[in-house]
Amino acid sequence: MTLRVTRRQFFKLGAAGMATSSMAMMGFAPEPAVASIRHFKLTGAKITRSNCTYCSVGCGVLLYSRGDAAINVVDDIYHVEGDPDHPVSRGSLCPKGAGLLDYIQSDSRLRYPQVREPGSDEWRRISWDEAFDRIARHMKDDRDANFVTDDEDGNSVNRWTTTGMLAASASTNETAYLTHKVVRSLGMVAFDNQARV
Amino acid sequence: MRGDQINLQNVIARSATQEPSPQERSGGVERVTKLIDVSRCIGCKACQVACAEWNDLRDEVGNNEGVYDNPLDLTPDTWQVMRFDEHEDEQGNLEWLIRKDNCMHCAEPGCLEACPAPGAIVQYANGIVDFNSEHCIGCGYCVSGCPFDVPRISKKDHKAYKCTLCSDRVFHGLEPACVKSCPTGSIMFGTREEMLDLAETRTSFLKGRGFDNAGVYNPEGVDGTHVIYVLQHADRPGLYSHLPEDPRISPLVDAWKGVTKPLASVAIGISALTGFVHYVTAGPKEHGEEDEAAVREDDAREREREERP
Repeated sequence: MTLRVTRRQFFKLGAAGMATSSMAMMGFAPEPAVASIRHFKLTGAKITRSNCTYCSVGCGVLLYSRGDAAINVVDDIYHVEGDPDHPVSRGSLCPKGAGLLDYIQSDSRLRYPQVREPGSDEWRRISWDEAFDRIARHMKDDRDANFVTDDEDGNSVNRWTTTGMLAASASTNETAYLTHKVVRSLGMVAFDNQARV
Repeated sequence: MRGDQINLQNVIARSATQEPSPQERSGGVERVTKLIDVSRCIGCKACQVACAEWNDLRDEVGNNEGVYDNPLDLTPDTWQVMRFDEHEDEQGNLEWLIRKDNCMHCAEPGCLEACPAPGAIVQYANGIVDFNSEHCIGCGYCVSGCPFDVPRISKKDHKAYKCTLCSDRVFHGLEPACVKSCPTGSIMFGTREEMLDLAETRTSFLKGRGFDNAGVYNPEGVDGTHVIYVLQHADRPGLYSHLPEDPRISPLVDAWKGVTKPLASVAIGISALTGFVHYVTAGPKEHGEEDEAAVREDDAREREREERP
């Protein structure tokens, strides 16, 4: 159906529209409250201190999560920024560190242990217990089979050269010390962190 | 409510409204300034990432265009970009001039002058110029009003977007996200006085290092900006990806807001009033019997045409 407007109605409508809009322009209209501030997104967030995972500089970061750790809440990190109290970075971050949030929320992030067995082309999800048992079993078998007690000159060396350990670069001194002690006490030689990979 | 919230700090200027802004609490609010020291920038773009993270912006992943600029220009989803320029000095040395480009937060904002939507652009007492999307009508006048070509109109919601100098953070006692992230101290933040002072210190340092024309970019044409640069070649700001030498609000904006608009408003008002007075004194227009008959004939013909299949 077409809207039927006679010439006279059209003029009336036009005149009414013009009159009301000019009234508004001349100030006969309620002025809306035209000021606002932006909502601050961190109010009430839980702040957790952490370290950036990327390189061995180990900048301090603050993780802001939704939820106050009450029993019915699963926390969710929604903002990351530098920790101004951290002696290394004092609040600043590099572009990778400044984008940590998308790293934490990434779809391709590894969230649980997985195994790809020999001959298989698929990753299978396993439990943490299974993962620890499996790693321990493999380490023990490999060490028993390949441990070197003496070199060709008859010196006692106690080397285990067939397995390596990749540790975290952003550890504290204490963690680094303990990791070192554990790994070296097994005789392991190949030992590095992800910052050099 | 259209998203209006309580005004915690003082608004000193609002677009397209004659209503006076509250003036009573203007004391004690320090003007803030962001200082960008181009000579210390390494172009890492941590500021760009921090900006996107804080403002919940994730621009489309673009293509490598053969230069470090990425993205190539500001977009509604990218409120700041690093602009890379290669410059050869008199001795033939290569200088990499990297300028962080974002809203300059002018003391006399061209966008606010040009904006026709009441309250869509506001200026706070601390100097920050902010867009209020709730009131934005997407006309794009702010784009033509801006002497630095900063605002961008979104294709998704047809509203204008630009850097807010993290007004939300600043109101809550924090520095802007870009400032905090900067690993070289190239971006600094503080009161206007402190930053102008620091800019002078950096300028004299650069002069001591052989940059005789080092200086502060705080253009007078827009009454100073709340984002200022320290430039190695302050005599030629054009070297830094066409930073305008003497930015001014376009005279067209003044003509439209200063003369044309009030005159036109008055003209429309007078004609409406005249029409009303005429209606009251002379009454509606009388039509002769011939006219009425012609209209009825027309109507009948029209109806006949519609009824035909």
